[in-house]
Amino acid sequence: MPDPVPLDLCLQVNGAPRQLSLDPRTTLLDALRDHLHLTGSKKGCDHGQCGACTVLVNGRRINACLSLAVMHDGDAITTIEGLGTPDALHPMQAAFIRHDGYQCGYCTPGQICSSVAVLEEIAAGIPSHVTGDLTAEATFTAEEVRERMSGNICRCGAYSNILDAITEVAGA
Amino acid sequence: MRAFTYERAATPQDAAAALAGHPQARFIAGGTNLLDLMKLQIEAPTHLVDVNHLGLDRIEPTPEGGLRIGALVRNTDLAADARVRRDYAVLSRALLAGASGQLRNKATTAGNLLQRTRCPYFYDTDQPCNKRQPGSGCGALQGYSRQLAVIGGSESCIATHPSDMAVAMRALDAVVETIRADGSARAIPIADFHLLPGDTPHLETVLEQGELITAVTLPPPVGGRQVYRKVRDRASYAFALISVAAVLQPDGTGRVALGGVAPKPWRVAAADAALPQGAQAVASALLQGAAPRPDNAFKLLLAERTLAAVLAEGRA
Ligand SMILES: Cc1cc2nc3c(=O)[nH]c(=O)nc-3n(C[C@H](O)[C@H](O)[C@H](O)COP(=O)(O)OP(=O)(O)OC[C@H]3O[C@@H](n4cnc5c(N)ncnc54)[C@H](O)[C@@H]3O)c2cc1C
Ligand code: SF4
Repeated sequence: MPDPVPLDLCLQVNGAPRQLSLDPRTTLLDALRDHLHLTGSKKGCDHGQCGACTVLVNGRRINACLSLAVMHDGDAITTIEGLGTPDALHPMQAAFIRHDGYQCGYCTPGQICSSVAVLEEIAAGIPSHVTGDLTAEATFTAEEVRERMSGNICRCGAYSNILDAITEVAGA
Repeated sequence: MRAFTYERAATPQDAAAALAGHPQARFIAGGTNLLDLMKLQIEAPTHLVDVNHLGLDRIEPTPEGGLRIGALVRNTDLAADARVRRDYAVLSRALLAGASGQLRNKATTAGNLLQRTRCPYFYDTDQPCNKRQPGSGCGALQGYSRQLAVIGGSESCIATHPSDMAVAMRALDAVVETIRADGSARAIPIADFHLLPGDTPHLETVLEQGELITAVTLPPPVGGRQVYRKVRDRASYAFALISVAAVLQPDGTGRVALGGVAPKPWRVAAADAALPQGAQAVASALLQGAAPRPDNAFKLLLAERTLAAVLAEGRA
């Protein structure tokens, strides 16, 4: 078995370059949480099933737990900390608070990162499983949001309030 | 995870060469299946070759009028491509029925084809499994088989292939293009790509060690009404119990493939020919010789009913 030789990499995290030297086994999630101390992104299942680790990489949402940090050398990462701050909330963060889109809050950073990306995906015309006509424009409906958010599990069951928050931000 | 070394390959040939002679080395693309299995030590490669920077992320027209899909095209991008939505809708539909938005953003064309089974005994390292550990036995044969195969399996393994995308590609007669360590290329029809388990269930495809998938090509569009219907335990974000990929022509002819029933996407020429006779005839041609187990015998009837729904949708 090879010795774990650390590898050097640079991540653009929330707009700032961060140099790291990591065991190749380090997932993007562990790099963010344990090495950069950005603990907003959460470790739920660690197997891509729950969505608590959702972050945006070069503008697209992924599960940070199922990716190696070394694979992201040079990539731009946005975590919940980069979307907004307590003094300057992202509109989606504010809407989650207004609509009570959580109970325990553990899945919330992933839900919010995913929600922001879902609105961008609809705007970009990316279809979903429930899109009726594949050759028509994707539209914003409750059914579309439920389907597109299915990779984010909420054990408290705050789904209907999450949907309300996303609907408000979409202006639908 | 076990320790490994890591490199980024710069060209397809470098990637293939980097794996040659290293049975413990693996390519990593999206990582959504490989890393999952590495965390459980079901896969324990000692070296990873990152194939994300090979320029294989484009979808291009072929001279024959089809499409050539780069191996690293993400599932989201393939499903959203305007040409695929228009001419190969069954493929868009199958992709969108799989996994979640986050996973589809990472998952690649090649990785999706090569994803490993979701058999619960394969995942549970305390259980015997001939696929995970050749010769250890099969926990599923006497176990809980609800998700497992009703046809194409063997006394060594009854795992299903879990991909949705591959079922649509089977109906579309896709061809897998590869490059080997010596630089030679080959084209493998998808019908021949996945292996049945026989007594070697750990061998899942015809790929050689170090053989890199470079692209999947689709023949020119065949038109017709294209349907992918997936039946699962919840409405979203679950693997198929049964899925049907179909291309149905106005004259009643067409092609049909099943997912969720076999170790590979399941298509039978006699079933295509039976399409004008209706769902029962198609189902019995597809599932002739099936060997269901008590927990998954329901799949035979479910397949017929799903086919009936698909044919009705095709006529609508
Ligand atoms: C929670 C969850 C739910 C899911 N649900 C579904 C579902 O409903 N339907 C479905 O179809 N799938 C589902 N998936 C599986 C998902 O589609 C696969 O994980 C994904 O497609 C794999 O692609 P990847 O690029 O991430 O592969 P990787 O994990 O990077 O690689 C997989 C395998 O392919 C090999 N490989 C990768 N690229 C190449 C290449 N170019 N040439 C040769 N070998 C290569 C790797 O060495 C590895 O052995 C789910 C996954 C998860 C985690
Ligand atoms: S069915 Fe196949 S994968 Fe499942 S336990 Fe048996 S040998 Fe392993």
